[in-house]
Amino acid sequence: MNIALRPDAPEQPLPLSRLAIADCDIHPRLPGFKTLYPWLSKRWQEHLEVFGMAHRQPFEKGPAYPKAQPLACRRDAWPPGGTPGSDLGFMATQHLDANNVALGILNPLTPSGEGAQNPALSAAVTHATNEWQVEHWTAKDSRLRASIVVPYEDGPAAAAEIRARAGDPNFAQVLLLTRTAEPLGQRRYWPIYEAAQEAGLPVGIHAFGYGGAPITVGGWPSYYIEEMVGHAQCCQAVLTSLVLEGVFERFPKLKVVLIEAGIAWAPALSWRLDKHFLRLRQELPDLKRLPSEYIRDHVWWTTQPIEEPEPRRHLGEVFDWMGWDRVLFATDYPHWDFDDPAHALPMRMSEAQKRAIFLENARAVYGIAG
Amino acid sequence: MPQDTPVDCDLHPSVPGLAALLPYLDPLWREAVERRGLDEPVSIGYPSRAPLTVRPDWRDEKGRPASDVARFTREALDPFGTGIAICNCLYGVQLLFGEDMAAAMARAVNTWMAREWLDRDPRLRASIVVPVQNAEMAAAEIEHWAADKRFVQVLLLVSGDAPLGKRQHWPIYAAAERHGLPLGIHAGSSYRHPSTPVGWGTTLTEDYVNQAQAFQSALTSLVAEGVFSRFPALGVVLMESGVSWLPAFLWRLTKFWKGLRSEVPWVSEPPTELVRSRVRLTLQPFDGPPDTAGVMRLMDHIGSDEMLLFSTDYPHWQFDGSDAVPAGLDAGLLRKMQIENPRRTYPRLEETVP
Repeated sequence: MNIALRPDAPEQPLPLSRLAIADCDIHPRLPGFKTLYPWLSKRWQEHLEVFGMAHRQPFEKGPAYPKAQPLACRRDAWPPGGTPGSDLGFMATQHLDANNVALGILNPLTPSGEGAQNPALSAAVTHATNEWQVEHWTAKDSRLRASIVVPYEDGPAAAAEIRARAGDPNFAQVLLLTRTAEPLGQRRYWPIYEAAQEAGLPVGIHAFGYGGAPITVGGWPSYYIEEMVGHAQCCQAVLTSLVLEGVFERFPKLKVVLIEAGIAWAPALSWRLDKHFLRLRQELPDLKRLPSEYIRDHVWWTTQPIEEPEPRRHLGEVFDWMGWDRVLFATDYPHWDFDDPAHALPMRMSEAQKRAIFLENARAVYGIAG
Repeated sequence: MPQDTPVDCDLHPSVPGLAALLPYLDPLWREAVERRGLDEPVSIGYPSRAPLTVRPDWRDEKGRPASDVARFTREALDPFGTGIAICNCLYGVQLLFGEDMAAAMARAVNTWMAREWLDRDPRLRASIVVPVQNAEMAAAEIEHWAADKRFVQVLLLVSGDAPLGKRQHWPIYAAAERHGLPLGIHAGSSYRHPSTPVGWGTTLTEDYVNQAQAFQSALTSLVAEGVFSRFPALGVVLMESGVSWLPAFLWRLTKFWKGLRSEVPWVSEPPTELVRSRVRLTLQPFDGPPDTAGVMRLMDHIGSDEMLLFSTDYPHWQFDGSDAVPAGLDAGLLRKMQIENPRRTYPRLEETVP
């Protein structure tokens, strides 16, 4: 699936009867900072050329843990002369057309400006990245919707960027990363939720980022596999923080989509939160309902990278626990651990369950009609 | 006794205070404790008055849990018909920054445990507290107690300076394996790093819920660094870890192992199988679904009836009355959890229990 064994083979056209899908996690890639210059002041252009853009991790270039392969991308996703995710035409042929994607949510990652060490640079680059998403992507392909990237460590600045995009149909959600300077339930991030709720936009929280804390509570691990597995624990900590800090009590219309951080842990975390909340609730007088009830009403999960229990039916049993309406299909195109819609959920599902996961849930959460 | 009585694999006798340890401290440190006016090294993870820390009916008039054998066995063993109890002393030894002070405190705690608990009731067993701050010193502490078969395990906290799989800890594992002592990894942190993987939380509830995330990371580390292949006879017991996170975690870890095993070629078995054969978890706090059918489904997802070990987690308030096991478990599973699984997990029980 990952390495093109027959690079000369033509793309297999799919039958037209194939289910149209929503892909809730597609990664467009900025070819380079110069692409953003039309929307960056001279000051920030020069800054990027001289100092670059540092994050809370050691390396000037590349991630803290070397990926499994170049840019963590499928070997077959490199367009001629470019990097994966940088070419709309190539992406349309290889993925959007081939997999009958009717709605694609764009989540730009590095370098989007999110989580940059310098907060003013973060604000400038995220703003420019949003402009780029419209001009180079959503304006050119009506299947795609952008995510508003924001300088999330500066709540008021992030809120201003969200308000500037409110009502713009090019954008489907606000995008945060899980690994922030402090857990995302904390007050410094509340202006983001306030603005998102006001704009009627879900907040998508994607795995990754560098907040400064080790990815395990016991310190920095050694390997990329540990970082990858660890994104699930980070996301569990994020959801725990959102619930226990009372974010859903404070922002009753807020919708949160948890992206690329696992899904099968959802029921277990709800049970655990309920159990310990009931014992320690004296500490949390602002919570009026059980943690599991807030989660049931406010939170959705994307599927990729989907857990693969043996037997596979266990996954359906997990969806029974969490609610089939909470599950949003995603591929993570063009990354190496891409989930193919034809093969990623090999278990028995009713037609209604399939339609919900592959399309209707996404249309409902993002408020995008067919 | 006890072929047929439950083995409780996680209970906490309490050190009533530093004064109780003074007789067992090296004179240099005894003098330092007094001269410097040391505070009790009580972890922020278990604030003395918090509801979780001590169940209300297990508090005396001053609010304290049992710190003597008579009361301890009356409250923690008798109501459950417990025949053998494995005592894990949660005293702030692992939290101290100085290696020498930690080593002196570990020795004092273990000596106190031997003299004031193990000597006084034949049902009691204990875990060896080690100065994890320095692996050589920790290994020396294991060697010191190894001949006393009433010590059945080595005790670590799940979160310390560095992930538990890392090679700097391996002298501890070598000593444990050499003496047939499983590694008992207990909830808790030395707070060298923020209390969640995304920064410091704000409440005890958040800290405690996040213990499950810490166990997932620690298990990833033990697997990825190759601890299970390097120490083929070493058993691992996760204590006060919660259990419901396990299936989804193993599905994810095994999936990524399939994709990324070239990075860790020494991990030659699927992690799910490694963990099922080598890792055990204590029952309380049981954080599964509220209904019996859900509990049975969770057991099906865990995929083994050999992994869970009965525990009460005394004096922590995890359940009321004597309802230490979830309702509806079938008798066979119950027997495995209470008797057969612990006896297989702790080889030293076979040597010391008739």
